[in-house]
Amino acid sequence: MNTATETGAIALTPEQVFDSKVDQEIRIEPRDWMPDKYRQTLVRQISQHAHSEIVGMLPEGNWITRAPSLRRKATLIAKVQDEAGHGLYLYSAAETLGTSRTEMIEQLHNGKAKYSSIFNYPTISWADMGAIGWLVDGAAIMNQVPLCRTSYGPYARAMVRICKEESFHQRQGFEILLTLSRGTEAQRHMCQDSINRWWWPSVMMFGPSDDASPHTAQSMKWKIKRFTNDELRQKFVDICAEQVKLLGMTLPDPLLNWNEVRQHYDFGPINWEEFWSVISGNGPCNKERLDARVKAHEEGEWVRQAANAYAKKHRQ
Amino acid sequence: MNFEFLYTLHLADNALILGHRNSEWTGHGPILEQDIAISNIALDLIGQARNFYQYAATLYNGNKPELNGLIKAPAFQQVTGEIDEDDLAYLRDANEFYNCLLVEQSRGDWAKTILRQFLFSSYQQLLFSRLEGSADTTLSAIAEKSLKEITYHVRWSGEWVIRLGDGTEESRERMINAIDALWKYTGELFLSAPYEEEMARRGGGFAPESLKEEWLKKITATLEQATLPIPKEGWIQQGGKQGIHTEQLGFLLAEMQYLQRTYPNSEW
Repeated sequence: MNTATETGAIALTPEQVFDSKVDQEIRIEPRDWMPDKYRQTLVRQISQHAHSEIVGMLPEGNWITRAPSLRRKATLIAKVQDEAGHGLYLYSAAETLGTSRTEMIEQLHNGKAKYSSIFNYPTISWADMGAIGWLVDGAAIMNQVPLCRTSYGPYARAMVRICKEESFHQRQGFEILLTLSRGTEAQRHMCQDSINRWWWPSVMMFGPSDDASPHTAQSMKWKIKRFTNDELRQKFVDICAEQVKLLGMTLPDPLLNWNEVRQHYDFGPINWEEFWSVISGNGPCNKERLDARVKAHEEGEWVRQAANAYAKKHRQ
Repeated sequence: MNFEFLYTLHLADNALILGHRNSEWTGHGPILEQDIAISNIALDLIGQARNFYQYAATLYNGNKPELNGLIKAPAFQQVTGEIDEDDLAYLRDANEFYNCLLVEQSRGDWAKTILRQFLFSSYQQLLFSRLEGSADTTLSAIAEKSLKEITYHVRWSGEWVIRLGDGTEESRERMINAIDALWKYTGELFLSAPYEEEMARRGGGFAPESLKEEWLKKITATLEQATLPIPKEGWIQQGGKQGIHTEQLGFLLAEMQYLQRTYPNSEW
């Protein structure tokens, strides 16, 4: 409701100011008034994204000590390190909304906060470093590029930097698979096997289909989200169905077919039972991933304490 | 040429093995910022190793008849044509690695990792500042390039030594344990292997004996600032620089080399 001031000018309510900024594509900044639900949605989404970066370091970190060449070893370390950096930017962006990194990490460790379910799948061959780059980072980019224009300023700015690095990772991943696809019989087999295992979980990364996605409508209205899960998923399938041909490999979906009328690829049904089961904790590596994070955190406790104690002693 | 080749391998192996050990922390560091820092140091070291291996491969390919007998590992012997950096890193056996024992020790806790980095980087800083003046222009160029990174490694690890030594009772105790675990491996840094002596004689390398005093001064000053006890001269465990390693290296190599060994003659 508008209120008339003494001078007779019409003052807008904070909510109207907020809505009008969103409508005009003006970024919302940390000190601006925002609806509580908007704040909560962002904290949930940004922290979930940050946790995904941090947990995502584990399946790839697995292969750093086994990388098959010095160049691959260096690029893999650099990639996993980039993910730590992304985690940092995102935690900082979420902190501007009034939730501390410590709180967010606690929520990850006690299971209250989620991270991308894709990281609950195991990396069991070197080719998985390629498939993760191509498919998982590929799906992530599809989700993330629109976030560079998301309505909350600090999040949008963090995403610009992240997207630049992610597209580099995706090219690296594809190049790993390309090298394998041109290699020996055993390497080609390794490549196809990895695509077979990562394809469906990657397709699921876009989240539940639109009719089962509880947050989508509100998030679209607030311009946190720009496209629906199914729109992005379709785009991803269309691109990958073409790229896989360059590898001389196939995607494990007998129903994958170009549809002239829709001008899109049709694809087979998604195993939502698996999706919900992994989200609720029953994926192949849910326990391992969380345990590894908790272990690193607990084993680092004395280090953090020592750093604080030292800083306190020498503050004068 | 033997000496030049072995000396270069020694420098490469030091960097690779420590880089590998540090990279074991990636994703498991005590705090996100330090996870990034230790991964960065791992990357710097692996970068240095690559420069040295690439040079060693050039030496090998140009002098194959003379150097062929130096690496007897069957996997290496089966390489046809010219060798590259990866053949040197992935196809040699443990007894053909010439890194010092200090760098191959398990990463242990954060105290051990930090202390090892400080002990090694301080040594590397002194050595490479001499190597800049090497008559071998490639070694000199690599040393010059690496020094910028090493200066940061010394500063970063030195600050952590002080923070942990003068932090809490627990961190202090862990630092003392780390000193106990690692000190016996530091003596080897300053005992010349034959290839170091020969390279020093020819002006291409540098004999490390004369670095010890300056190194000890630096370490002592930092340990004092960290309120940590200064270790006494004691037993020196050595052998790594001549290919006789602790049990740790075999496991490290088994993991590191497995793909190259399992799928020979493959591009990655």
